[in-house]
Amino acid sequence: MRRMATTVIFEDVVASVAAEAQDEDLWLAPSELQHLGWALEPEGLCRGPLCVPIPPARRAELVRTDGAVNLAALARHRGQAVVHDEDFTLPDLDGRFHSLSQLRGRKVLLNSWASW
Amino acid sequence: MDLPVWQALYEELAPRNFTVITVAMDAGGAQDVRQWIEAAKPTHPSLIDGRHVVAELYDWVNVPSNAWIDEEGRIVRPNDPGFAGEYFRGMMEPGFDFKAMMKEYGRMRDRYLDAVRDWVANGPGSRWALAPEQVRERMAGPNPDHARAAAYFQLGTFLHEQGRGEAAQQAFVEAKRLRPESWNFKRQAWHLEEPGKSGGPEFWAEVKALGDRPYYPRREL
Repeated sequence: MRRMATTVIFEDVVASVAAEAQDEDLWLAPSELQHLGWALEPEGLCRGPLCVPIPPARRAELVRTDGAVNLAALARHRGQAVVHDEDFTLPDLDGRFHSLSQLRGRKVLLNSWASW
Repeated sequence: MDLPVWQALYEELAPRNFTVITVAMDAGGAQDVRQWIEAAKPTHPSLIDGRHVVAELYDWVNVPSNAWIDEEGRIVRPNDPGFAGEYFRGMMEPGFDFKAMMKEYGRMRDRYLDAVRDWVANGPGSRWALAPEQVRERMAGPNPDHARAAAYFQLGTFLHEQGRGEAAQQAFVEAKRLRPESWNFKRQAWHLEEPGKSGGPEFWAEVKALGDRPYYPRREL
């Protein structure tokens, strides 16, 4: 399959990477995956301290023998937070970044609003 | 805008190991939210989420949406509308009683803030803190359509930033098709198309089309 320059938006990162797209799958070599902050580790697919374990039954869907990772399958597999919080890092008005995980140890009320 | 309410609650309860994080779901970024945040002078983290990442993570489809997270990072309430209610829906009808709406708003606000205070004081012993299985019941769980909807939405915000408004709206159409219950997608897309449209005739027509269905999830709070 041919690698093509692909713009990927994943979580808070936008990157132009070489990827192989086919149907609903998007395969990235380890060096490309790195541009999005992700890496394949023994614990699973990791971004910093967060690792998403790979269920053996779904390994073929997520990781290829050459080490390429199917980013689209990772997004499908992750879904969203269930019971446990999911971390995020976002800027305030002054451009300073804050992460939910910095507030561990406190009770947090998380509120969404909008200008529109 | 409720930012001053959250800031006051933060000031009241911060000494009790509590914080508020307010997150603006605004693809227009700082310029769209600056006036509201500057007016509220928040000392709690008041953040800007241009791609609605938090809504995706917590499975939120409307604003306001609130989650409560305990000291260990466990979600104990995943998706409440806070003290927002259905009372606004009659606003476009002739003879609408604004005073009654503000009274109802105040009543719901006081009740909700008391529930937060109760949780901060009593932790898992609070009647408002949910057990993990109740939390799970209230979240949609991993869903490929929802993940694709969020991806199309985020693509749309990216295209908008690149000045490709028409392509952005096409991506939003796909997001809305995959997640028709998301008011966040609809209203953000309208706003980017034309400021003011998110509260215009299209919005009110869709609210009317809900009929007996609620605009916000109904909670006992």
